Amino acid sequence: MTLPGDWEMVVGLEVHTELKTTTKMFCGCANHFGSEPNTNVCPVCLGLPGSLPVLNERAVELAMAIGMALHCTIAPSTFHRKNYFYPDMPKDFQISQYDLPINKGGYLDLPDGSRVTIERAHLEEDTGKSTHLGGSGRIHGADRSLVDYNRSGVPLVEIVSGPDIRSASQARAYASELRGILIATGASDGRMEEGSMRIDANVSVRKSGEPFGTRCEIKNLNSLRSLVRSIEFEARRQIELIEEGGVVRQETRHWDENLGETSTMRTKEEAEDYRYFREPDLVDLAPDDAWQQRVRDQLPPMPAERRATLSSRLIASNEAQLDAVEVVIDLHLEPYVHAAIDAGVEPALALARAANELAAGIENLDRMTTNGYCSTLLMEQSGELSATQAKTVLSELLAHGGDPKEIAATLGFERLSSESLAGTVAALIEQFPDEWMRYREGDEKLAQFFIGQVMKATKGQANGKSVIEQLQARR
Amino acid sequence: MTSAAEIAANVANGNSTANDELERSLEAIRARNDELNVFLYVDEQGARRQAAAVDEKVRRGENPGVLAGVPIAIKDNLCQRGIPTTCSSKILEGWRPPYSATVIERLLAAGAVPVGKTNLDEFAMGSSTENSAFGPTKNPLDPTRVPGGSSGGSAASVASDMTSVALGSDTGGSIRQPAALCGVIGVKPTYGLVSRYGLIAFASSLDQIGPFAKNVTDAAIVLEVIAGYDEMDSTSLHEPAPSLAAHVNDGVAGKRIGLVRDLVDGADNEVVEAVERAAQVLRDAGATIVEMSIPEFRLGLSAYYILAPAEASSNLARYDGVRYGLRVDADDVTAMNEATRTAGFGDEVKRRIMLGTYALSAGYFDAYYGQALKVRTLMIDAFARAYRDVDLLLGATTPSVAFKLGSKVSDPMAMYLSDIFTIPTNLSGEAAVSVPFGTGEAGLPTAVQLLGPARSEARLFAAARVLEIAEGHS
Repeated sequence: MTLPGDWEMVVGLEVHTELKTTTKMFCGCANHFGSEPNTNVCPVCLGLPGSLPVLNERAVELAMAIGMALHCTIAPSTFHRKNYFYPDMPKDFQISQYDLPINKGGYLDLPDGSRVTIERAHLEEDTGKSTHLGGSGRIHGADRSLVDYNRSGVPLVEIVSGPDIRSASQARAYASELRGILIATGASDGRMEEGSMRIDANVSVRKSGEPFGTRCEIKNLNSLRSLVRSIEFEARRQIELIEEGGVVRQETRHWDENLGETSTMRTKEEAEDYRYFREPDLVDLAPDDAWQQRVRDQLPPMPAERRATLSSRLIASNEAQLDAVEVVIDLHLEPYVHAAIDAGVEPALALARAANELAAGIENLDRMTTNGYCSTLLMEQSGELSATQAKTVLSELLAHGGDPKEIAATLGFERLSSESLAGTVAALIEQFPDEWMRYREGDEKLAQFFIGQVMKATKGQANGKSVIEQLQARR
Repeated sequence: MTSAAEIAANVANGNSTANDELERSLEAIRARNDELNVFLYVDEQGARRQAAAVDEKVRRGENPGVLAGVPIAIKDNLCQRGIPTTCSSKILEGWRPPYSATVIERLLAAGAVPVGKTNLDEFAMGSSTENSAFGPTKNPLDPTRVPGGSSGGSAASVASDMTSVALGSDTGGSIRQPAALCGVIGVKPTYGLVSRYGLIAFASSLDQIGPFAKNVTDAAIVLEVIAGYDEMDSTSLHEPAPSLAAHVNDGVAGKRIGLVRDLVDGADNEVVEAVERAAQVLRDAGATIVEMSIPEFRLGLSAYYILAPAEASSNLARYDGVRYGLRVDADDVTAMNEATRTAGFGDEVKRRIMLGTYALSAGYFDAYYGQALKVRTLMIDAFARAYRDVDLLLGATTPSVAFKLGSKVSDPMAMYLSDIFTIPTNLSGEAAVSVPFGTGEAGLPTAVQLLGPARSEARLFAAARVLEIAEGHS
């Protein structure tokens, strides 16, 4: 999408991610999505009178891991109380980091080479979850409201980018790359549909080169699609408003996925005064060098590094291959790709079969050995198996495990002899004289036609390359 | 009245039983509770169960604990599983906590027998126990007078021999001031020495649980039981409970004690005389008394009345009618929150919530809360300077003897001034003890306050013991 005239959007994202800890941030309750409502609760996460928070060490480690992956400085930090009334917040304040966050000043490089600065990545606790029944379906005007406190006190890290993003697609790339990092660090499962990663987008517009405009914050975007659509809508809304002589008001806006529109939630004047002050029930958090080093030592390679390693072995030139690289990185399939290339499989084939066949059977990946993957692809490459047959062998390996050669034999995937293939090709030339004529006259598209017919006749046992050889020999 | 130490010894060696001691306590409560309103709830059933368990241990020859069979009164802002816990507020009426405070668990493990929950100023906000939604507690020594507050019920329980010991909480003087007005020992331990887990927060950075007792040794024994690191309280000190009772007779020979003008000036003459006489007693016992002034102490009250209400405004937000306690129904959730809080909180609590909310508000934060934090730092530095020169400080606990019921309820400032000498210690997070010393108007007790640096409880108890011996204790 391009914006009209010389307008450009200025976007900063706040990404909230639930940390994949065993227990909650300040108590021993299970941090588990999908339990019966109000079963993972105790005096602390229900905010019962007299209860006190005790910080979860693992949450701190995961927050540090995120910060390290984002090239942040790990800093001595403190916790504050953010005070406001809301029924799903049992203490009527949220414990959050404020002026002294654990991670400060980093950056994230995107696959397109652009860099987005990270202002901070701080720890805070999640709230419970309200369900409003009847009436308007929102908190004011519903007939009844139910609250599930299972999520109350689940640890969150909020990652705040600088206002560096200039397009919806860059915003998408940022969120997607960040998601990969969160998964890689083990901090999050990155499941946006379960709310374990939620995004607020700060959007303003300006004519290029001019100072930043007034921003609006779109709250609670829970898919990459919503992110892209809402930012595009919001930027256009602001541009139209300004071009009609209006002024953008600083406000918080709600994204309606069905209408495809943002609408005012509250204006700056209506914004809550959170009365932040230091949380007196917690002590300062200053992870020492040894602790930081332990976390750093356990940090796995990040997607960018893995992508670079993988790409260095490929000549990924087209869009489809770049997408395949992303799938392989996302699903951690590169051990298969590397092994296959090492075994002599062409990089493009090694990549394609991983991004498609292995990705499709990802839940059974433990049955697939790198050996099995390599031999199947070598058989395909040598013509012993056709592409279709190789794919069948791979899905059989994923479904039941076993040895590729035995599977091929069991399925009757005999190598088609060149005599037999020659016979098939000859028969087809007679059956389709017009197509053959056009092919002979140089219409290369017809090669695909004949390959298709051969595949049909041989039930996919033929090798496309051999068919072309046969056709060319008879031209 | 038998001391806690004697009760425990008698129960352990079979000269008495926990059950008999409990019946004696319940009898004393029955005799005067209607008149004095000390206990809001007496847990006869639970106490009998605990007493029976202690007696059973004795029968089996097991160690029944250092507080075996000792009835103890619990301020009603400490959670005890299954027992109504109200903070003397209508907003918590009917709420029974599903868990017990760490101090309760430790008392039970030491063989103590919690007999019930004592009255307090609502959410511990007050100095006379008149701010209770369930009526004031009266001073057992003169029922026309207040017992002090906010732990007035616990102080009165000990003063009226309903129990030999009690627990209270001290945020700005809420143990020491009622101890002074009721003529008993009251201890505000070092911040972090006693776990706050299960203490319903008033001002978290200032609150600390401590004991009331008739004598120093009992106070030391109870504090030893409840002190020590607790993983449930992040602010609890990472160290085991100190040895206290073993050191009460260490004396003060060679100690330097600062007599602080600013902890005496403005007190009634009889209180000033008590402090000067206490200084003489300590001097006679071998201490060097150094007259000193710590002018920063005068800033304490103003800083406190910013910081404590600010924290309270946040701590008390959770009483919103959603989950427990009172709910006043209304059209929507915001209106329900308002109606519940309007009906559930008393005037003093509302006053402090408003003060605190204001002090934390955008545009006012720096001028009020930020400034008060700076004063707190000044206070900490001032104490530190003083303790470089002396081992302990001496002054008054509160400016007067117990005042008449109703005499200060309409004048919050006059009431707040009751705590002018106790507040500095809460701001610094250090330790102090109020010791009954002498008598004043109408034969009512006067008291002195001993203050020490963090972890100086043993030293404080030794000095307090010198004073109590001078007052005729054995």
